[in-house]
Amino acid sequence: MKFTVDWLKNHLDTKFNNNQIIDKLTNIGLEVESFESSTSELDTFIVAKIINAKTHPNADRLKLCDVDVGSNKTIEVVCGAPNAKNGLLTVYAPPGSIIPKNQMKLSVSKIRGVTSYGMLCSESELLLSNESDGIIELKNNKYANKIGEKYFKNTSEKVIDLSITPNRPDCLGVRGIARDLSAAGAGKLKINKKSNLKYRGNQNINVTIKKEKAQGCTIFGSCLIKGVTNKESPKWLKDKIKSLGQKPISAIVDITNYVMFDLNRPLHAYDSDKIDNEIIVRSSSKGESFEALDNKKYILENDMCVISDRSGVLGLGGIIGGTRSGTEYSTKNILLESAYFLPRSIRKTSKQLNIDTDAKFRFERGIDPLSIEEGLIKASELIKQICGGEISNLNVKKIDNYKKTIINFDPFLFEKTTGFNVENKELIKILEKLGFDVTKNKKIFKLVVPSWRPDITQSIDIVEEIVRIKGYEHINTSEPIKTRLKPTLNYYQKLFHFLQRSVASKGYLETVTWSFTDSKINQLFKENDEEIPIVNPISSDLNVLRNSIFPNLLFYLKKNLDRGFKDISLFEIGPAFKGKNPGDQLTVIGAVKAGKVSRLSWNDKERIVDAFDVKKDVIQSLCEAGIDKDDIVIDDKTPSYYHPGKSGGVYQNKNEKNALAYFGEIHPNIIKKLDIKTEGLVIFEICLDYIKETKQKIKDSKSEYKFSDFQKSERDFAFIINKNFKSQELVNIIKSVDNKLIKSVRVFDVFEGENIPEGKKSIAVNVTIQSEEKTLNENDLDNINKLIISSVESKSGAKIRS
Amino acid sequence: MSDIKKIKDDYIDKLNTENNIEKVNNIKSELFGKNGIISNEFKKLGSISVEERKKLASDLNNIKDELQNKISIKIQEIETKEINLKLEKEKIDVTLPERNIEIGKIHPVSQVIDEISSIFSEIGFSVEEGPDVENEYNNFTALNTPDNHPARDMHDTFYLDNNKELLLRTHTSPVQVRTMLKGKPPFKIIAPGRTYRSDSDQTHAPMFHQVEGLHIDKNINMGHLKGCLNYFIKEFFEVDKIKMRFRPSHFPFTEPSAEVDIGYEIKNGKIVIGEGNKWLEILGCGMVHPNVLKNVNVNPSKYQGYAFGIGIDRLGMLKYGINDLRAFFETDYRWLSHFGFDPLDVPSNYRGLSR
Repeated sequence: MKFTVDWLKNHLDTKFNNNQIIDKLTNIGLEVESFESSTSELDTFIVAKIINAKTHPNADRLKLCDVDVGSNKTIEVVCGAPNAKNGLLTVYAPPGSIIPKNQMKLSVSKIRGVTSYGMLCSESELLLSNESDGIIELKNNKYANKIGEKYFKNTSEKVIDLSITPNRPDCLGVRGIARDLSAAGAGKLKINKKSNLKYRGNQNINVTIKKEKAQGCTIFGSCLIKGVTNKESPKWLKDKIKSLGQKPISAIVDITNYVMFDLNRPLHAYDSDKIDNEIIVRSSSKGESFEALDNKKYILENDMCVISDRSGVLGLGGIIGGTRSGTEYSTKNILLESAYFLPRSIRKTSKQLNIDTDAKFRFERGIDPLSIEEGLIKASELIKQICGGEISNLNVKKIDNYKKTIINFDPFLFEKTTGFNVENKELIKILEKLGFDVTKNKKIFKLVVPSWRPDITQSIDIVEEIVRIKGYEHINTSEPIKTRLKPTLNYYQKLFHFLQRSVASKGYLETVTWSFTDSKINQLFKENDEEIPIVNPISSDLNVLRNSIFPNLLFYLKKNLDRGFKDISLFEIGPAFKGKNPGDQLTVIGAVKAGKVSRLSWNDKERIVDAFDVKKDVIQSLCEAGIDKDDIVIDDKTPSYYHPGKSGGVYQNKNEKNALAYFGEIHPNIIKKLDIKTEGLVIFEICLDYIKETKQKIKDSKSEYKFSDFQKSERDFAFIINKNFKSQELVNIIKSVDNKLIKSVRVFDVFEGENIPEGKKSIAVNVTIQSEEKTLNENDLDNINKLIISSVESKSGAKIRS
Repeated sequence: MSDIKKIKDDYIDKLNTENNIEKVNNIKSELFGKNGIISNEFKKLGSISVEERKKLASDLNNIKDELQNKISIKIQEIETKEINLKLEKEKIDVTLPERNIEIGKIHPVSQVIDEISSIFSEIGFSVEEGPDVENEYNNFTALNTPDNHPARDMHDTFYLDNNKELLLRTHTSPVQVRTMLKGKPPFKIIAPGRTYRSDSDQTHAPMFHQVEGLHIDKNINMGHLKGCLNYFIKEFFEVDKIKMRFRPSHFPFTEPSAEVDIGYEIKNGKIVIGEGNKWLEILGCGMVHPNVLKNVNVNPSKYQGYAFGIGIDRLGMLKYGINDLRAFFETDYRWLSHFGFDPLDVPSNYRGLSR
């Protein structure tokens, strides 16, 4: 909402200066976005100096001028003026400027083979005089210090731009703003002058509001103004319209706009000679159409509120008028409309047709239903004053009567809500100045809400009115109450926190990417999940919710590889979506690791990242987050985007259905499809939701501290075993030989090839044996050894290597 | 006597010049071996008179001590020299690079969320979460924003179906609704998380982060709201003084509503929070609207309280001097390394919010 201070003063007697007004507006909830002069087309013309004028290489009459326009570099301009010479001060118009004389927009152009950036202007081109023989010659003493400054002074008044919240339609007019300021003590609201308008004759165009279920109009007021002379608006009116950031059109249109912004009362003027007999306000039928004043043809749906005549639709009530009945300079007789349209109907229609106008914006928020006559009178007066003509009686048709809103307000609610007290006297004063009718009944106030405040329906609204006018600075700053109702974080929130920092500490950079992604990449990772399209995506390559974190991670990994980075570790923790309903999401960590380990190391051998790098990161992170390493079981079944032979799943125990993590190399096909150029790429993911909550707190779950002081022995074994036999199983077989005596089993060598039969491998394990009761003698150890060998051989088909 | 004295002097001289450990050991056995010179002298003691024996024995013992002492000193001397020589040869260039260090980082948004959680934890708030996909009711209707309300236009919403029933939450406020529906008052929660709006330019991203706050009890008023936010902002920006301004605004789900500005100035091209006379809007808040409380089965005549919503990304930008919101989500390795935080730098009250 834009207006000038001058305009405000038409409604407000105030001693406040501009800055005080600006501060007051913001303090009462009418946020000032800006306070500056409106921009003018003339702002682009600047004072310039010709540094060097030489002859155009291809045209004797033209000159090539190097012009100083106040920036570091001179600008080259081709000029045909005979008086262009070195040192001349003149006016320069850069590309994009509109030349006042012919309204042409300048662009960068080639003149006889030389590019000219803008032009130097003559007086006639700037409409300063008829002098067109040469460019303007500015006086040295006045302009020598002004190179680069605007040539035309912007004399327009500064404009206040308010950001009006959707609950305040009354402040979409200057008078409403003045009323709020007066309530806040910033002046006195001027009383509207009583009109002494003389009416002559009746409004003899019949108006009917059809009683229909979907009728969007409840009041239609109108008057005829006959014998007008439409013309350009006078300067004061043009200035007002321009200060709104709009273009003046004609007196009649400008007046209806002016009244809309002045009183927040939208109006519409019809050329009454173009109306076919009568006005019918009704609901549209599907397929009806009309050409609107924005020069677009609209095809209507059912139940849109239209103003029509016998020939069809004239316009969409409260939204936009039609060209068929529009006013022109030649218009002689007009029908002026001031109506009330239901916000719901306006909103629905404008959304369906995607139209936004100033009238629609206001009706949608709620116009004062009692302002019908006021609007007609104010506009008619101005039309008569500027365009002449005779005004008929006002005709107001209604199908519904306005009902007052009454609120019984207990002032105690104010203190209860805000924490401070306002004297009843002051409270009444504020409400009355805002237009409330206040009667006191014992401790309760009976309030009649002003008709221009559709937002006020209950007591809490009254609290807000009082506290915002009184000023939020009166609210105390209480010490925070430290009472705690429950622990800050629950188990999964703590897990999130631990795992996030645990993974980062393994050398991964945390990133945050969109929750949506490109369906083409997503489908490589979605497995059996349903695709979840966004109906109105921000762009076609962010068109689905991500089923996995990897589509985005790999997309950005590729970007970083393209930037020339080689060894990259990235991770994200966030949602992966499994369905389109609320809650169909899992909290997942996705991590990628590309490139080499020990690249360019002077002492270590460099190697490509492999599945065991990420396996370590996964297992260590899980352990750090509180999962017992001994519980962890590894499986080799993984989603299809993993390398089928070089990836694994991590389970919290044998019988768990869902893997809580996967790790391994990514499937080569994916690298190829996404065209990722890297030496190696391994990934892992952890699904936090699949980690089982340990019910016991750590203080309760620590087992007794117990260890054996008896001597421990280590024995090494090497087995020849089937190539596909999993080392994890071998370890389990050995452990199960004697869970008490065998303290640990560690695989320390695996190899195939030389001396090993085809399809077999050799696994060497180191077994630690220790008793908690005695020192084991050779005999005991021999027995265990034999048992280990026989168990392994019988359960796995392995053979001990001799 | 003179014989053994001479022997002693000779050997002391020998030992003084000797630098080879083997030769010193040879001398040792020459003197003290089974048939060593000194051993033999001791053997002679049996064959001489008691008088002489006493004197000679005493002399011999002195000489023996002196020589043995000399030998062990010499051995130690040579060994030390040899070790030093060996260590000198083993010297490495310690300025050669260490094994590769891989430094991971925590994203600024995560760090700021942890900072915020730490601050609110101190005054008794717990953390709640809600889903990113919401239904229309929780995101709008329950929050007193019916379909025909123009306030809905303030949120450009991503929809998942044509009936506009399912959407990506446009704010974290639906967590209020979920929390209150599943529990009983009092409530004292914050809810950080992802939020979505379908606009995208230099200062808007289609996804951003908010933290919602909600405190509902019997006598919570606007003074508590002001106190809580004043405390939070002072703690968050880690400044002693903060200029804060509450100004009236409008949100359908709170009444009265306020926007909060903080004072700042630009010094040497950097934003300095808490000084100067410029205002920067950082959050929206207000007293929870009675209609919202009714919608979640809380009796507004018994319970009342405040709610607030803060833009997390924006706070992070202000605190850590980050200019471009879009860069938060572009995963540029350089940016993440530059603005990221060390994983061990966990914001906490006792250690301080930030390093």
